[in-house]
Amino acid sequence: MALKRSNEAWLAALRASGPERAAALDELRAQLLRGLGYALRDRLGSANHPLLEDAVQEALLKILAHLDTFQGRSHFLTWAQKIAVREALTMLRRKAWQDVALEDLQPPETDSNDWTPRALAAPHAHPERRAEQNEVMALVMRLIQEALTPRQRRALMAVAVQGMPLAEVARRMNTNRNALYKLLHDARRRLKAALEAQGLSPEDLLAVFQEAGEGD
Amino acid sequence: MGERKPNILGPRQIEQLLDKVARTLPQELTCDECLAELDRFAEMTLLGQPAEKAMPLVAQHLAMCRDCREEFEALLRALRAMQAEEAPDA
Repeated sequence: MALKRSNEAWLAALRASGPERAAALDELRAQLLRGLGYALRDRLGSANHPLLEDAVQEALLKILAHLDTFQGRSHFLTWAQKIAVREALTMLRRKAWQDVALEDLQPPETDSNDWTPRALAAPHAHPERRAEQNEVMALVMRLIQEALTPRQRRALMAVAVQGMPLAEVARRMNTNRNALYKLLHDARRRLKAALEAQGLSPEDLLAVFQEAGEGD
Repeated sequence: MGERKPNILGPRQIEQLLDKVARTLPQELTCDECLAELDRFAEMTLLGQPAEKAMPLVAQHLAMCRDCREEFEALLRALRAMQAEEAPDA
């Protein structure tokens, strides 16, 4: 049974040497593994998946390397578990997406007739509502085409259409997750500015999709 | 009904995008900056404290970032389960 250590006790033990440190690492490893099992067993189909042990190993290295950044504003195990969760999901996503390429998802020219409006808009919407939604969708696609840089567009489409995790998109675009997030943030800001330049608010456009009274 | 071409966004995706655009801030946390605060945010959440009010930038990033939100929810599951382990009669 794991003794309930205080934050100070954890830090002291992990900064010690020899058997004291080894015991603390064993205890921490066990806790993190159990936590990950609970967190991810639905996704993995088991609480004992080998990937979890790999993730905990990596997490322990990071935890030890960054002990000095733990500020004691939460329980040590919460802080450590957080690192383990990030590690595990990053590994899981990499595995799940390893055979998926970044598609070159160029939005179509907006004056083309590639659209099949009937298929696109909410199937139960009244014809008027559906026409409004089609207009909004066409507008948004046009702005994605015109207001974003090619890199921003590529990232946005990969995340929104392919559902690719940020780190996976980043890897394929030779960057990292944080930079990818910033790229997407920039894209959103540009879209927001482009709408505002046309005197439109995203909230008003959203209302076209969300008003009550849709369907029969 | 025709098949949706993969290079355009469907109505749900447009809606989600517009919602995010509406909530876009001039400055936002990166994923690592969010992660740095996630332990505190998770504990507040578990205690039923108003985490979103106390840490609005974290809340906003979680609304914008599917991956961080998934990590947050996984962390909550881990913490709740470990808590339940320790206090089975609670």
